Amino acid sequence: MANQTTNPINKPEEKGFGAGEHAERLSGLATTEQAEIDKKTGLDIFRDMTLGRRFEDKCAEMYYRGKMFGFVHLYNGQEAVSSGVIGAMKKKHDWFCSTYRDHVHALSAGVPAREVMSELFGKETGCSKGRGGSMHLFSKEHHLLGGYAFIGEGIPVAVGAAFTSKYKKEALGEKQSDSVTAAFFGDGTCNNGQFFECLNMAQLWKLPILFVVENNKWAIGMAHDRATSDPEIWRKANSFGMAGEEVNGMDVLAVREAAIRAIKRARNGEGPTLLECLTYRFRGHSLADPDELRQEEEKQFWSERDPLKALEKDLLTRSLATTEELRAIEKEIDKEVTDAVEFALEAPEPKPEELTRYIWAEKEERF
Amino acid sequence: MAGTLLFNALREAIDEEMARDSLVCVMGEDVGHYGGSYKVTKDLCEKYGELRVLDTPIAENSFTGMAVGAAMTGLRPIVEGMNMGFLLLAFNQISNNMGMLRYTSGGNYTIPTVVRGPGGVGRQLGAEHSQRLEAYFHAVPGIKIVACSTPTNAKGLMKAAIRDDNPVLFFEHVLLYNLTEEIPSGEYVCALDQADLVKEGKDVTILTYSRMRHHCLKAVEMLESEDIDVELIDLISLKPFDMDTIKRSIAKTNRVIIVEECMKTGGIGAELIALITEECFDDLDAPPVRLSSQDIPTPYNGKLENLTIIQPHQIVESVQKIVSKGV
Repeated sequence: MANQTTNPINKPEEKGFGAGEHAERLSGLATTEQAEIDKKTGLDIFRDMTLGRRFEDKCAEMYYRGKMFGFVHLYNGQEAVSSGVIGAMKKKHDWFCSTYRDHVHALSAGVPAREVMSELFGKETGCSKGRGGSMHLFSKEHHLLGGYAFIGEGIPVAVGAAFTSKYKKEALGEKQSDSVTAAFFGDGTCNNGQFFECLNMAQLWKLPILFVVENNKWAIGMAHDRATSDPEIWRKANSFGMAGEEVNGMDVLAVREAAIRAIKRARNGEGPTLLECLTYRFRGHSLADPDELRQEEEKQFWSERDPLKALEKDLLTRSLATTEELRAIEKEIDKEVTDAVEFALEAPEPKPEELTRYIWAEKEERF
Repeated sequence: MAGTLLFNALREAIDEEMARDSLVCVMGEDVGHYGGSYKVTKDLCEKYGELRVLDTPIAENSFTGMAVGAAMTGLRPIVEGMNMGFLLLAFNQISNNMGMLRYTSGGNYTIPTVVRGPGGVGRQLGAEHSQRLEAYFHAVPGIKIVACSTPTNAKGLMKAAIRDDNPVLFFEHVLLYNLTEEIPSGEYVCALDQADLVKEGKDVTILTYSRMRHHCLKAVEMLESEDIDVELIDLISLKPFDMDTIKRSIAKTNRVIIVEECMKTGGIGAELIALITEECFDDLDAPPVRLSSQDIPTPYNGKLENLTIIQPHQIVESVQKIVSKGV
């Protein structure tokens, strides 16, 4: 480890790192404790992760067939984070904030696949009415605060949602106000000022929020250890007096267990948690990324830890599911994804006469 | 008989709106215990508590973004820029999220926020504290921009801005906080989108806003003895412009001078003159004139500073010139 310097002139191949430091961290985690789950929960999680995976595969296909445009960032490989965290939260009650890699967070939050797919096709039936696109998925109904396309800018917004939760409880005396917000972002964001500013404010005011880092090691082409002075992001929580945890982000049940701990702290008014999930994206940064920098050995290491396969093994080992049940779920999901595509293809485009609609508020929209 | 100081008029507006609606809150640097750098939120923290009047760390982009998130989830935050210039550090949140998010989200969310604070050129505050961000933010879609200029309109406009469901950038002027006047007793709200016809006249229209309103008034006074009858309009709303009032006036006077404190290049007047050219061309008997600040960082030296911004005598000269041209 000591010989792995962060000297920027070192080329990856000269470091002889095999699968690399990022991968090595998986074997040194403080805890690998997995959540206890029942059959229904297990199948729900499997369904959510399968939907995430197959939805994204379909996106790649549709992108290459010229049905969707712009920058499309797929989530393959990171499903355990979305399903592990959001699956442990309360839909339409807690709040979720994402980045440009937001399709699967939207799906986990409950936004129907039809709405997400038709947004990607730029249709009026999309969750952002075709105005947002891949990087700007929003759903007030499902408490999705949005996909934010610039690095770090979603974090303050998420902090704002957590502030509202506290404000309603303490300033307005609404005792039932106990919503928790989860802000998702990547390792690259953790070198940005908004990350630090928001950690400070959230801990200062003990806001009910989870800062969920999806550390997939690569900020487009910038390897994490070349961009940061201390690659162990969860340790940065300590500087703010905040709870920090690192977790195997390829193990959905471990993510779920850590999320449950963090959510409990947040709901009890004990403040935020910085949860670093070690994960990996199986595809390039976006579908426009030639993905030339990542080593085969590294990709191999992580693909062997495919979170869907890991969950399947867990469910079978714990006798919570049979292979037949899981295959049947996959078939259902394939149908759902096919249906989403058909729906999106046939859906109407936004009306030209509504080009300038939604700039201004149309009516008082109070909660 | 004591009038009301402009900063107190703003304070009254915020106080009344906070009492009226418990979702209205204030956040920013030193707004709480300190009462705001210009005392616009004095004692409100004591009255409404530390959550409703929240002292934030010095992290402009983050607390502005926090206001966006709070607004999306039901609150109606007022963000104070201790100096509006500091909000350059919040440009991303103001542009991407306050301004654009409602549209980008296809109408999922509204962002009822007010961003307010002192702008303009003060007295030898140096370049960074003497900015006129109204021009910088003018191109951002989805935000309203308002500039108050008297205690009366300050209060009424602030109340309207707080009640508006859109993000409003509310410009106060650092040199107008101590302006005093009798303000109407009882509750009143001013329209955010209406220009103020300060003085009717027939010879030339002057369009101005914020502190320059008072420079223009001095000029109007000086011109009265010369029998030149100026129509003076305070724009109030810098985005969108009240084009109805502007067009009506130009149709009457056929001459227009824009007096602004922002820089000439890319300024408020630049946009305004383009619109006037597009919409009032046939009514004009003379080329429209812009009196703007120099395109330079505001110098510290007092004499140079005075040369940077427009002075009343320059307005007088400009009016004399445009009127003497005849039809």
